Amino acid sequence: MGKEILTGVYFMQGDIACAEGALAAGCKFFGGYPITPASEIAERMAERLPQVGGVYIQMEDELASIAAVVGSSWTGAKSMTATSGPGISLMQENIGYAVATETPCVLINVQRGGPSTGIPSIHLQGDIIQARRGSHGEYKIIALAPASAQEMFDFTIDAFNLAEKYRTAVFVLADAFVGHTREEVIIPEPEEIYRVQRKLPEAGSSEGKIRGFLDEDIAPMPIFGHGFKTHVTGSCHNDFGQRNVIDAEALDYYIKRLNNKISKRAHEIISVSQDMDGKEVALISYGSCYRAAREALNILEDEGMRQVGSFRLITVWPFPRVQIQELARKVKSIIVLENNLGQITPYVEAAAGGQAEVIFLPPRVLGTLHDPHAIVDKVKEVIP
Amino acid sequence: MKLVHPLMKYVRPGAISTATCAGCGDGIMAQAVLRAIDELELNIDDFVFVSGIGCAGWIPSPFFNADTLHTTHGRPIAFASGVKLARPDRKVVVISGDGDLAAIGGNHLIHAARRNIGMTVICANNGIYGMTGGQVAPTTPLGLKTTTTPYGNVERAFDLCALVEAAGASYVARWTTYHARGLTRSVKKALTKRGFSFIEVLSQCPVQYGRRTGVGNAVAMMKGYKENSLSVKKAASLNEEELKNKIIVGELVDKDSPELTEEIEKVRRIHE
Repeated sequence: MGKEILTGVYFMQGDIACAEGALAAGCKFFGGYPITPASEIAERMAERLPQVGGVYIQMEDELASIAAVVGSSWTGAKSMTATSGPGISLMQENIGYAVATETPCVLINVQRGGPSTGIPSIHLQGDIIQARRGSHGEYKIIALAPASAQEMFDFTIDAFNLAEKYRTAVFVLADAFVGHTREEVIIPEPEEIYRVQRKLPEAGSSEGKIRGFLDEDIAPMPIFGHGFKTHVTGSCHNDFGQRNVIDAEALDYYIKRLNNKISKRAHEIISVSQDMDGKEVALISYGSCYRAAREALNILEDEGMRQVGSFRLITVWPFPRVQIQELARKVKSIIVLENNLGQITPYVEAAAGGQAEVIFLPPRVLGTLHDPHAIVDKVKEVIP
Repeated sequence: MKLVHPLMKYVRPGAISTATCAGCGDGIMAQAVLRAIDELELNIDDFVFVSGIGCAGWIPSPFFNADTLHTTHGRPIAFASGVKLARPDRKVVVISGDGDLAAIGGNHLIHAARRNIGMTVICANNGIYGMTGGQVAPTTPLGLKTTTTPYGNVERAFDLCALVEAAGASYVARWTTYHARGLTRSVKKALTKRGFSFIEVLSQCPVQYGRRTGVGNAVAMMKGYKENSLSVKKAASLNEEELKNKIIVGELVDKDSPELTEEIEKVRRIHE
């Protein structure tokens, strides 16, 4: 058997680091379909999964890929897929199914330029809102945004842990820049890697008595093959998984329970990193834009302008509304860096609620990294 | 003395009131599957039943007291593939309708057959979209007036068995709900095949098909199945003209070819 965790220091591509992160997290199933700029993840998993007793399958399309991932997760296997925006568009219905049936799974979206076929090898943060609301109906999603090859490794592990803990679908919102960047990646010793395993019902739990769904404290998952006689449906159901497609009351309960499971725990899920103590201006960023924000701050610091700090969203969803409310009370201006036409900016504006000025700053050319000097110039407009 | 149906032991407690209309063929299909499991003395806890959207998707979910996965429209075979790949020791059975498996889900059907993944797919073919109100399906006969073909269907119907055979399935059979015993025999065979097995069951929808199109009630429809069916053997001696509008019933394919999860296991063994 091969090693699940390839401890060492590597010069590694982000997509490959993502695959290694998945294996380190204990992933045993990958269902996917080739697409630029995510194909390297599939290729690495095709090579590595058989070495660690897992299964790689290239399905006939993305709809089938996510379906197979959900099916496999119901047998207890940590399962994932990796694709880009067009693939996510195709997966949307079954992403909703995964959330509705409380199926742990990890979805890697190595975003590329869109809409439609767009430009496959150019990075755009075009799918941020899609990740949040792409499937129909009321639901919550968890999404992490890595900024480096190292974080492709680290955040993929985090994504599996969140998926297992909260029994839901978790996105890693990478992009072509992060996915295709080659840089240093450190894979730690196995004992340094924190792995979460989903809760299962106690063995011998009597059939039909397992409350396997809709628990705001996360129900144990009655996986297949243990005699639980589990009834899984994407239709409206109760705590036992029993379908009810008649009562509005049942729908109300179903939606609220599913959503509360995440929103009541948003404070433990949300992750931001900030160095905003005593600062006047915040650079809000996520994913690859964080790199430009960091560099802009280095330049500003060299110029002696220390009143600017970074506020980075590690989890884009759930959105850190409370944290940004607090931030807006403390600073004069917030500059939101996004490589799109402003997808989280309206959320930032809503959270800021007029307490601070909110300025959206895209790169001069969409699909490229922000020029750090352009960020510096914008800061100087705010602080004359 | 209270009489209990011998197959009730396989029915999920509390899920006994059926959602199907009076005269629906789904009950005959459900019995054929459960009877096959019973006669083979298999443990229903070793099964995972997967179904999609549509009336036939409700046969295993919720009625079969086993692990059941009721999925999105058209995708049960893809979900079932994930189950089988991750747990090859499970008996994976997909039960769904023609719209689910052959229209929206047609791609998954042919690719599962091509992969020869060890699962059994039982397709209730009523030739119409029943649950949504009698719209035309890819299995609707040419010329039939449905709610969405008010001037008659201008498209030809799919031959599902020929499709799945061409894609490489190990076992293919066609029956109608009139042929409950033949169907049960085929389900038993399918459940013991190593590769991909497919059974098409022509099944009457007396409400959306029979009544709306004027074909008649459930009894009339089943009489039609009886009168229009020919065995595979009999059909072999007839020409195309003589076979027009006939239903060929029986086993169409029964062969052995490498099964997907066994092939994957061989690859894994290289690394042990």
